[in-house]
Amino acid sequence: MPEQQVAEHETDPAEEVGAFLRRRREQIAQRWADAALFRTVYTVSRDDAVDAGRTVVEALAAVAVSGRVQDAEADGFTVVREQLARTAQARARAGATIAQISEEMDALRPPVTDLLLDELSESPAEHLRECTTALTVLMGTLRLVMLEATTIAGQELINRQRLELLEIATPVIKLWEGIVAVPLIGTLDSARSQVVMETLLDAVVEQHARIAILDITGVPTVDSLVAQHLMKTVAAARLMGAECIVSGIRPAIAQTIVHLGIDLSSVLTRASLADALAYALQQQGAHIVPNPASTVEPR
Amino acid sequence: MTHSTGSVSACLPINSDLDLVRVRQHVRQMTAQLGFGLVEQTKLVTAASELARNALVHGGGGQMECTSVSSGGIQGLRLVFSDQGPGIVDLDQALSDGYTSGEGLGMGLGGARRLVHEFSIDSRRGIGTTVTVTSWNSRPPRPREAP
Repeated sequence: MPEQQVAEHETDPAEEVGAFLRRRREQIAQRWADAALFRTVYTVSRDDAVDAGRTVVEALAAVAVSGRVQDAEADGFTVVREQLARTAQARARAGATIAQISEEMDALRPPVTDLLLDELSESPAEHLRECTTALTVLMGTLRLVMLEATTIAGQELINRQRLELLEIATPVIKLWEGIVAVPLIGTLDSARSQVVMETLLDAVVEQHARIAILDITGVPTVDSLVAQHLMKTVAAARLMGAECIVSGIRPAIAQTIVHLGIDLSSVLTRASLADALAYALQQQGAHIVPNPASTVEPR
Repeated sequence: MTHSTGSVSACLPINSDLDLVRVRQHVRQMTAQLGFGLVEQTKLVTAASELARNALVHGGGGQMECTSVSSGGIQGLRLVFSDQGPGIVDLDQALSDGYTSGEGLGMGLGGARRLVHEFSIDSRRGIGTTVTVTSWNSRPPRPREAP
């Protein structure tokens, strides 16, 4: 009778698994060191891989003993969370997908299960089943912890990159004495356009710019909000005594603006940055004259 | 005119500025796949941007359904923007240029209507607004330009 057999072994399966993990820590760590996940991350020395494996086994044992094999938030996992995230990131950098990492995590389970089955070969079938189940659940939870750590790390990276993009994508370039240009790239949402306006107005003051060129070659869509942002920026620059030119208006964008019904006649526009620069230089009283001595034919 | 409607190819949520970027990118990809010219692509993407922003700003968020349709061998793209917002009180006024209930230019709805081939709007107070637009890839693919 299975119930009687369980009664004979009063130890809790999770606790037993915890004790087993502690006993066999070295063996498991050695076997894991040869598994794809550890082998590919700790390439320099096998000892590092064994060390890392040992830490993970110890954490698993702590979780098992506390009886929270299903709980990804269990205290035992705290010590290895960062290490697991680093491992997953290293794999991701090497081109592994989340699915592949998950699969490699799963590959850690069979060596441990084999050891457990060996050790408990004399135990009653029901107890054996309970222990393997506990171990399987525990390994599943470990996999969840690792993937969670990976996702959080990825999200932090994305947030940081978003902030960086906001800064990077709006450089102000001095083209000539008194002429600055801002090449706009990507989506011009409210946050971006605020940054653009601030950096442009700062540059107008710092560089004593009389002419500022906003180049929208890299802006894929110009809808009414983008147009409004552009007009506001132009108006603000004008208040500071700088003339603003919007350049890089492609044929498709021009037709779209006309159909949309936006009146950009208050804004000075040019088709390309080169045209805008030529106009700006002309306004400054500078002229580009081909050098007759030059052997290179001007295009 | 009989339209054969394909299955809904995508249903994108509109709940943040980031979703607007996704909407634009999706419409751009779909129009490119259907062989829209660059001008028609840009027009439909811009109209989608306006309508999605309306759903976000005035409707408090919603969704866009994207369906490829065909009629008499001509392929097109139908976009349905729906929100559960307060609805539009005066449609004629909302469609007129320069009218805005917010801080925008007031060109979004009327402008979007001019950018697409077919436009219909259904708005009920307290229930929400649904705008359906369709554009067709009417021209045959352009021949390869001579070098």
